[in-house]
Amino acid sequence: MSESEVTREGIQHRRPGREALTGARSGGRRRRGGERPVVPDATFTSYYGKPIINGPVWNSPDIPGYFFTGGLAGASSAMALVADLSGRTGLAKVAKTGSAVGVFLSLLGLVHDLGRPGRFLNMLRVFKVTSPMSVGSWLLTAYGPAATVAAGSAVTGLLPRIGATATAGAALLGPGVSTYTAALVTDTAVPAWHDAYREMPFLFAASSAASAGGLGLLAGPSSEAGLPRRLGVTGALAEIAIGRFMEKRLGMVGEPYSQGKGGRYMKGGEKFLAAGAAAAAAGRRRPVLARIGGALMLVGSAMTRWGVFEAGMASADDPKYTVAPQRERLETRQPRDHRPAEGPRGEAQP
Amino acid sequence: MSRTFLGSPVTRASLDEVTHGDTDPATLSGHADHPARMGFFTDTSVCIGCKACEVACKEWNKLPEDGIALTGMSYDNTVGLGADTWRHVAFIEQRKPIAGQFSGVAHEPVGPLHAAPKGSGTPPEEATVTPTTPGTGDAGEPGDLRWLMSSDVCKHCTHAACLDVCPTGALVRTEFGTVIVQEDVCNGCGYCIPACPYGVIDQREGDGRAFKCTLCYDRTSVGAEPACAKACPTDSIQFGELDELRERAQRRVEQLHENGVTDARLYGHDPGDGVGGDGAFFLLLDAPEVYGLPPDPVVPTRDLPAMWKHVGLAAVSLVGLVVGSVLGRRA
Repeated sequence: MSESEVTREGIQHRRPGREALTGARSGGRRRRGGERPVVPDATFTSYYGKPIINGPVWNSPDIPGYFFTGGLAGASSAMALVADLSGRTGLAKVAKTGSAVGVFLSLLGLVHDLGRPGRFLNMLRVFKVTSPMSVGSWLLTAYGPAATVAAGSAVTGLLPRIGATATAGAALLGPGVSTYTAALVTDTAVPAWHDAYREMPFLFAASSAASAGGLGLLAGPSSEAGLPRRLGVTGALAEIAIGRFMEKRLGMVGEPYSQGKGGRYMKGGEKFLAAGAAAAAAGRRRPVLARIGGALMLVGSAMTRWGVFEAGMASADDPKYTVAPQRERLETRQPRDHRPAEGPRGEAQP
Repeated sequence: MSRTFLGSPVTRASLDEVTHGDTDPATLSGHADHPARMGFFTDTSVCIGCKACEVACKEWNKLPEDGIALTGMSYDNTVGLGADTWRHVAFIEQRKPIAGQFSGVAHEPVGPLHAAPKGSGTPPEEATVTPTTPGTGDAGEPGDLRWLMSSDVCKHCTHAACLDVCPTGALVRTEFGTVIVQEDVCNGCGYCIPACPYGVIDQREGDGRAFKCTLCYDRTSVGAEPACAKACPTDSIQFGELDELRERAQRRVEQLHENGVTDARLYGHDPGDGVGGDGAFFLLLDAPEVYGLPPDPVVPTRDLPAMWKHVGLAAVSLVGLVVGSVLGRRA
């Protein structure tokens, strides 16, 4: 019998046949299944390093774009109503246009990502509060037309009364449109998403505020830049703070928010948000700087959504994020029971 | 969160599943007069890794071929469950003895190569296990190798995440308490896929819709057992009424413990676990994660009321942020 073992990394413990030590306790202890886990067995075991859960089949830019544009639209609708009521008509027009375009792009992303886009309307067969995607579909069905009518009326000046009603309706539903996607991602078995269910809605709300403020600064009149500046800067700073808090609280499960593709997006997003907030604050007397700040905040907000998306993909892909916390939970509940078989080779059972 | 939200029966049933304990899932899903809950008990201690279940499942359900590759993962070239693989046999090689069995690979203290340096003059009494010299009949220590095999399948959870999150109602609970996808309704949104804590359901490439084990709904509806159970030559896969299977499994695990197989444990049998108990449960010989199963799965929708609460608070905060931004200078 040869001691060599065929693993995915090639042949291990290769030994010429004539030197094979029959049944001898030679060589290192073999990892089960020939795998080479990155974390010691004591804390984490897997089946050939394969993921436990099936990762999302959602694609970029469809789904992160759907989060971002939906968030932008919802917060912009709320900003539009407040701008209307306070007589900031220029800002209101920009916000309404932004929300109509945003919700259109959001729906486009959602439908395009379906395996059967032609069956999108099946979303409206039932209403299920247990499915954030069902709730969201109904929300978008009500919100989309309202935002579109509000924008149409603001741009053309036609039907002002219907436009005002639509603006109010869109503002009422907008914050929900901005935040329901947080429930959508956290209501999954993806560890980096699910375990963040307390922070994610607030992260998405702050990110939506930053993007709406950014849009108002970028495209709104300079004479009405105060409102979007305050909204954008507060949103951006809150987004950075909540993002960091979330990552820290998650511990090991939060790793994908600071490592790999997700980490790069999150960190890059932070930089854009910080720079955008600084430029917006400094741009009080220099309109060009304020517009640049708005654009930076928009990019930063989008990067956060991409970061959350990519972190979830990475978290689903690595079994350690699924196994280690569950194993820990189990150990706390029933210590040393049902543990992976280990111990020295040849440890005979009674 | 109210359980009579909008008075919708679909909603109420789904929420009942989340909030209630071990009540029958078929009853909660609106099946008034239904048969007993059916399921699988997969006893991996008698699995021989023949993969007849995989083949029978593919053939009966007309599942498409989904790639042929050699993975190097022992005899497992199927890798895992997915849209086109509803039974998957896992193979795990371990340096660990199985109690009461002699694997035949341990020849110490006197193996043929230990004996070889002594040449042809090795006294027969020292060469107990050389190929040419019969042993004394005493097998000595148990062997130092074991091969675990286990046929994985959809768990048909009591609290099924895939069913809860499906926005189209394509996923439904049958009268047998199992969970199936209605192919003519599914629009391929893919939400069920990351929602499943076991990684069972997946999207079929080139089709776009999600597919998974139906517990052979077409066969069980007419009183036949599912194809995999029918094909299993060792009765490792046992199909039947869930209550009866749970009793049988308990007896089996006790029997194995008595015989010294202390590693044997049931998985997914407990109605008190994070998914309310599985309709398809297992007897394993090692920790679940060794087989690629989550050690302590929890249905994600368990936390949904808290999620909606946080979403609501966040939406209100966003309103507060926007309203607060009015205060201050105009420009």
